[in-house]
Amino acid sequence: MTKIVVVTSGKGGVGKTTTSAALATGLAQRGHKTTVIDFDVGLRNLDLIMGCERRVVYDLVNVINGDANLKQGLIKDKRVEDLYILPASQTRDKDALTLEGIEKVLDGLKEMGMEYIICDSPAGIEKGALTAAYFADEAVVVTNPEVSSVRDSDRILGILSSKTRKAEQGEGDIPARLLLTRYSPERVESGQMLSVEDVKEILAIDLLGVIPESQAVLNASNAGSPVILDRESDAGQAYDDSVARFLGETREHRFLTSAKKGLFGRLFGG
Amino acid sequence: MSIFSYLLPKKEKSASVAKERLQIIVARERSTRGGPDYLPQLQEELLMVVRKYVPVDQDAVNVQMDRESGCEILELNITLPEQE
Ligand SMILES: Nc1ncnc2c1ncn2[C@@H]1O[C@H](COP(=O)(O)OP(=O)(O)OP(=O)(O)O)[C@@H](O)[C@H]1O
Ligand SMILES: [Mg+2]
Repeated sequence: MTKIVVVTSGKGGVGKTTTSAALATGLAQRGHKTTVIDFDVGLRNLDLIMGCERRVVYDLVNVINGDANLKQGLIKDKRVEDLYILPASQTRDKDALTLEGIEKVLDGLKEMGMEYIICDSPAGIEKGALTAAYFADEAVVVTNPEVSSVRDSDRILGILSSKTRKAEQGEGDIPARLLLTRYSPERVESGQMLSVEDVKEILAIDLLGVIPESQAVLNASNAGSPVILDRESDAGQAYDDSVARFLGETREHRFLTSAKKGLFGRLFGG
Repeated sequence: MSIFSYLLPKKEKSASVAKERLQIIVARERSTRGGPDYLPQLQEELLMVVRKYVPVDQDAVNVQMDRESGCEILELNITLPEQE
């Protein structure tokens, strides 16, 4: 059985690509054959985050148009066994992404025995995002603890409940889980940032994980290595927990409170 | 937080303002969801018409599509301001 997962958000720049890379890598690390597809036609970035930008020859649109076959389009990761990347095209127009074309690619990946297909959605609630979500069996909604991101996530949830193939076929809503990223416990504690409880209450969906705001994410993208491979880092560990929960394990949420300050720090700290 | 912030009168924290605003807007946007695509537009236009006669605020007009035993019901709720 292949599971197709869309990583989506509505709002741009909240961490979809970072999350897609981490989720796909984490699943493959656990031995699940996984492909991560960049649906952001014209603005491809997943290749950079995965560190395979220099190995891109063909892309999703090439495969759809038949310029290359699926095996030629897929890039096999050099660090993790069972991990494949299908990059987006950089230049071609977005209309090349037809639903029929995507379906053929997904069927091909199923035939190859992929267990998970992670779809990195572009921002927005227009065609690109709808295309990325259409065939999904499950969704990960990436949200920042900030008003516009939460509102957009709610709108995306509304769209997911009616515009996927499953919904159209009367199979109802696909399961959608919340991944709250760029979380800053200090700012939550001082009342300047929405808390994880606030966001959960408003969106009313299950929580997959909370990823702290972390320098490690920037380091990882600089290096072209998904942050989940940085085992020492808070964000890497938080993503690893999230992947475990994604697979049904129970793991306590970490990094929700700020590092304890001493009395001195509490009296005079910022 | 420094010792001084304990001494100052408590201002409402920005996160609680954010939460309240979100709860209102999200509830409103959900009310037209799942219905036909023209519902939000219909809601806007109805609001404009009502406002020609009565000063009401943004949330005064609520449009909802319900399905009951195979029958579609368009439900309109217009909250008028209290009489002076
Ligand atoms: N947990 C985090 N801590 C710090 N920075 C982060 C975190 N998550 C993401 N970022 C940063 O936020 C920016 C946007 O991340 P990313 O590209 O993953 O978002 P996106 O949702 O895919 O954006 P787009 O909508 O443009 O595709 C990047 O600079 C990334 O390094
Ligand atoms: Mg992206």
